[in-house]
Amino acid sequence: MTDTLTPVLTDNWDVERAWTLPSYESRGGYGALKKALGMAPDSIIEAVKESGLRGRGGAGFPTGMKWSFIPQDNPKPKYLVVNADESEPGTCKDIPLMMANPHVLVEGVIISSFAIRANKAFIYIRGEVLHVIRRVQAAVAEAYAAGHLGQDIHGSGYDLDVVVHAGAGAYICGEETALLEGLEGRRGQPRLRPPFPAVAGLYASPTVINNVESIASVPSIIEHGHRWFASMGTEKSKGFGIFSLSGHVANPGQFEAPLGITLRELIDLAGGIREGHQLKFWTPGGSSTPLLTDEHLDIPLDFEGVGGAGSMLGTRALQIFDETTCVVRAALRWTEFYKHESCGKCTPCREGTWWLVQVLAKLEQGVGSEEDLELLLDQCDNIAGRSFCALADGAVAPIQSSIKYFRDEYVAHLTNGGCPFDPAASTLFATSGALV
Amino acid sequence: MTQANDRAVDDKTYAELQQIAARYPEPRSGLLPMLHLVQSAHGRITPEGIEACADILGISAADVSGVATFYTMYKRRPVGDYHVGVCTNTLCAVMGGDAIFSRLKDHLDVGNDETTADGKVTLEHIECNAACDYAPVMTVNWEFMDNMTPEKATRLVDDLRSGAEVRSTRGPRIVTWRQAERVLAGFPDGLADEGPTAGPASLVGLGIARENDWKAPDSSPGLVTGAGAPSSTSESAEEKQ
Repeated sequence: MTDTLTPVLTDNWDVERAWTLPSYESRGGYGALKKALGMAPDSIIEAVKESGLRGRGGAGFPTGMKWSFIPQDNPKPKYLVVNADESEPGTCKDIPLMMANPHVLVEGVIISSFAIRANKAFIYIRGEVLHVIRRVQAAVAEAYAAGHLGQDIHGSGYDLDVVVHAGAGAYICGEETALLEGLEGRRGQPRLRPPFPAVAGLYASPTVINNVESIASVPSIIEHGHRWFASMGTEKSKGFGIFSLSGHVANPGQFEAPLGITLRELIDLAGGIREGHQLKFWTPGGSSTPLLTDEHLDIPLDFEGVGGAGSMLGTRALQIFDETTCVVRAALRWTEFYKHESCGKCTPCREGTWWLVQVLAKLEQGVGSEEDLELLLDQCDNIAGRSFCALADGAVAPIQSSIKYFRDEYVAHLTNGGCPFDPAASTLFATSGALV
Repeated sequence: MTQANDRAVDDKTYAELQQIAARYPEPRSGLLPMLHLVQSAHGRITPEGIEACADILGISAADVSGVATFYTMYKRRPVGDYHVGVCTNTLCAVMGGDAIFSRLKDHLDVGNDETTADGKVTLEHIECNAACDYAPVMTVNWEFMDNMTPEKATRLVDDLRSGAEVRSTRGPRIVTWRQAERVLAGFPDGLADEGPTAGPASLVGLGIARENDWKAPDSSPGLVTGAGAPSSTSESAEEKQ
């Protein structure tokens, strides 16, 4: 029986100066790299496939399969790009991971690049996290100095260069083809697929794009074996993942657990819902995953379990809201976010998210009629699935799901002539008197 | 056409812009960090900075402008010494971000994306900055300021304006916005070793695991080399133990 929590990537976060190379190596770090350099690249891909690792950036695509799509007979250079643009509202796992343990990412980058036969890799970090960028820059520099990067790594004949690239503020660049546009020095607008990046990605060359946590999981798979990894988790969602609890729980934080843990267990570990309050709604994996309620406390938090409940596991960004929170206000704020972050390329998203804000803002103010709810849902139907990327699908998720579970609350705004909630009651400092 | 001296791209900056472009297989990939360097040198995106980028990359100034206007971290108006961000995405807003932002607008007498008259503080409401377990979250020059309240926020901006030492809750002493932009351009400032490994919220789960002696399974030989493992991978796994 696997333990409730299984720290692997987070296991050194309580170690002083864990971000430095000496600390990382003193705990066995870069041992997996030495092993990997003695393996055939294809057997690394096979091990990652066999482990069952699925993308930790939200979509859950099998990582090893993604790697195997790289056409090795293509004469162009191959590239690895790490998506460290963590921006999905509620998601806060990659940032502390890179701050505390940047070398596990760097080691993962080297092994993964070796597997797909890339000699150049990029770590695209959102620009708004200065100290994280410092730590990753420093880790890459240390890895060069130790001979883990550069020419003829540890006498293997394998060369790899890594560039740490800072973004400049654009949620959409978390979408992999928009990220590639940003990395090519262009406006971050998603590309039409196919061709997929595995065939024509960065500079129209074969490219693998993986989330930070996916790549950081690779060294442990190589070190301990794919069966070890697959011994955790559930049938189709193998391994461990970092679950991020935020909002109205007593002790918000990060919990690294096998996939399939439930929200009930996690809330319990976080000390319960804040005292005197009850769970109202939550996101399983960021704001783009439909809201769930207290009916869903016992679903296994794996790809299938959350999918079966009508939402998505996403990034395991569990934003917890208690009964003091107005769901209409929450949905409106997220909608304003999507409107702001729509890149403007596709009309249904660019215009549609603007209209969603118009209708939702009126409802939140208590202006309009119940028919506007139908109008809103009709707009959602005309936006979802009609754009190049999934931003618009994410934009409609909070609206559709909040109307599904809390229609009465929307109506209450109309009958009340405005929001019936006191926003001060839901703040962190509501009980401490700091809001005077 | 004359250029103000403080806005012309000096030789050192021009050379550094070229260095950034040279990091990449195709120089244009350097454009985002190059624009960060322009902000570091000029305090904003200047027409002269745009021209220099265009010149180095062999693309039009309109192309560079198109990129500079797409990303929210690039500013066309001068930014203060301290860019103060308040997260008002849903979770932080609900947890108090809205109250903090409103208090700061009053306290500083500025609107969103505006700078105080003394040129010290630019206030902006920001989107989710990936620190939700520390909500409500603020940033100063993109360093984390965790678990904020309206009171702490007003004290913070007062300290910044008076020149008192301010430290990130998970990082070093706050540098100026222009110094921060230089790091984003890929020129490290040597401060990576400041601050803790992780903040308290990041360690909640790990602490519980330690208390209960919860661990990931051992990679016992039975687990990694069980019958039926593909030969190539089981062979590598056997090396371990």
